[in-house]
Amino acid sequence: MLTTILFYVFSAVLVGAALGVVLSRNPVHAALCLVLAFFNSAALWLLLEAEFLGIVLVLVYVGAVMVLFLFVVMMLDINVAQLREGFTRYAPLGAMVALLMIGEIVYAVWFRQLGVNLAGSAPALAPGSNTAALGELLYSKYMLPSELASVVLLVAIVAAIVLTLRRRPNLKQQDINAQVAVRSIDRVRIMKVDSVTRS
Amino acid sequence: MTAVSTSYLHDLTLSLPEVFLLGATLVVLFVDLFISQAHRQLTYLLSLLTLVGTVVLLVAVPEGRHVGFAGMYVTDGFARLIKLMTAGTVAAAFLYSRDYLIKRGLFKGEYFVLALFATLGIFVMASAGNLLTMYLGIELLALSQYALVAFDRDSPIAAESAMKYFVLGAIASGVLLYGISIIYGVTGTFDLSMLAQRLDAHALTQVGLLFGLAFVMAGVAFKFGAVPFHMWIPDVYHGAPTPVTLFLGAAPKLAYFALSFRVLAEGLGSMAGAWQGMLMVLAVLSIAVGNVVAVSQTNLKRMLAYSTISNVGFILLGFLTATPFGYRAALLYTITYVLMALGSFAMIILLSRKGFEADRIDDFKGLAQRSPWFAWMMLFFMVGTAGVPPFAGFFAKLYVIQALVEVGFTWLAVVAVLFSVVGAFYYLRVVKAMFFDAPADDAPIGGAFSFKVLLSLNGLAVLALGLFNTPLVELVAKALR
Repeated sequence: MLTTILFYVFSAVLVGAALGVVLSRNPVHAALCLVLAFFNSAALWLLLEAEFLGIVLVLVYVGAVMVLFLFVVMMLDINVAQLREGFTRYAPLGAMVALLMIGEIVYAVWFRQLGVNLAGSAPALAPGSNTAALGELLYSKYMLPSELASVVLLVAIVAAIVLTLRRRPNLKQQDINAQVAVRSIDRVRIMKVDSVTRS
Repeated sequence: MTAVSTSYLHDLTLSLPEVFLLGATLVVLFVDLFISQAHRQLTYLLSLLTLVGTVVLLVAVPEGRHVGFAGMYVTDGFARLIKLMTAGTVAAAFLYSRDYLIKRGLFKGEYFVLALFATLGIFVMASAGNLLTMYLGIELLALSQYALVAFDRDSPIAAESAMKYFVLGAIASGVLLYGISIIYGVTGTFDLSMLAQRLDAHALTQVGLLFGLAFVMAGVAFKFGAVPFHMWIPDVYHGAPTPVTLFLGAAPKLAYFALSFRVLAEGLGSMAGAWQGMLMVLAVLSIAVGNVVAVSQTNLKRMLAYSTISNVGFILLGFLTATPFGYRAALLYTITYVLMALGSFAMIILLSRKGFEADRIDDFKGLAQRSPWFAWMMLFFMVGTAGVPPFAGFFAKLYVIQALVEVGFTWLAVVAVLFSVVGAFYYLRVVKAMFFDAPADDAPIGGAFSFKVLLSLNGLAVLALGLFNTPLVELVAKALR
């Protein structure tokens, strides 16, 4: 009972937030609405007892992707009016794509028997925490792929550094050590100037 | 679960070459951080030592087929041969590229580190027992390659070609992954041997599987550079610094052969009826476009790029017979081609000097007067790739054609031979420039002693493997039983 109520509450907020993403005029508001939508989808995952997916959704999408997104949106001065110029022109195309997708979803939900399932349906979720189950799989059966994935990430770091870090020999920059170690005799010269009496 | 965890020691012993290669690469990466440019030779020597150590461990791996990491990792004669050839090819690429890199201020540790990571990627692909490991190996290799192509930061043409390669490569990886996910959706497994069990004669009638196979095939064709997925090859080969082109043109071809063998022949072997037709189109188009377009090239690197495309067509021709003999012919062809590609690109490096790239065919004019020995070596590489007896390339082509005729694809064999005749024209044009034209410049031929020795050995190997080709044939036959 409580789960059902929670489901409808989260779903309602999710749908509202999703509408906000599309309809709000201010891109920052749209991005914040997307964050709200992510939070509510994470809550829905939690209701389904898929807590790992819920946590990852918050950590990765809210914590990393959307923050970057907000940065970009705030830094770029986006003229919304200009973006909407071609709206009416592309509206029929958009509607067509939307209808097509609705059709596909309906087809997939109602006529799922495509005769391609050799393996049978997926086994039911094991009782207990699925984070623990995933972790155990990741470090036992899938140890090699997860280690390899980390090597791929390392290569990405090395490649990014190779391609962006560059020492420019003629770049003017501060040398703090030299600045601190400077002595007065390096900078101030005391000159003896003969006094001249003007007649 | 406990059975899996107790066997880790066994898994690690099996994959000792990879474990060592990764560990040693990380050591090279760290050591390189702390040494000055004057001691950069140390990085180079350590990288070579890494490869030597890997080869030693590879030889010590127990013979026969062994499976580790819950089926993710497979080691057998095929994996061993691919890995040994890769280690040798990469070591040769290091030796060839040292002087060139030093002269152009590109002698940095990252070149070697990235190339070693690419080698690890090839090793992973050769030993993949699962589509997941295979994909990770492909990405490891591809990421290192993108970075290597863009390695020369001051060259706008290198940056441009790296960008093209990266964008197209990312799309191809996506396509491949999409195909893999569809195959997973239909069969419920990533494991290649399990896949082979679950697919039977009915597989050919399943639309979902054929759909997935088509996407996988597009990914494989892009990686190989088969027409119509070949657009990146000429630009990348031309734009990348020559040592990187040499690297790209050689070792990864072995990896892509491993990719097609593991996925198409081992995993989707019962769908051969479907992929044969697709490969036929790819192979014929590759041989036709590669050979015809290469004729009009004046840049040697671009010409060799189109020659790569036509040679890939030949590899695919051997492969599409789907018979053990055909696979062997294709592997033999790949190895022979890698040997000749190494030599051809090394010749460009030999004639290049600071501020001058000898990458036009005109730059080879009159080489016979400047250095008769190396003119003959280049003749070996060119004529060998063209497929003239008694060089190695001739026998490689012969076996592929024999495999085709054996399964009744005589018309394919005829097409292949016809286009090879067209191809002979542009290889011989280089030979003509070297022996019958007056030299355009008379700068002395540079190159370190080790470079010249290796290049000579490489050239003589092309001749020797043609005259006495039984050892290589037996090696390949042992690997692909």
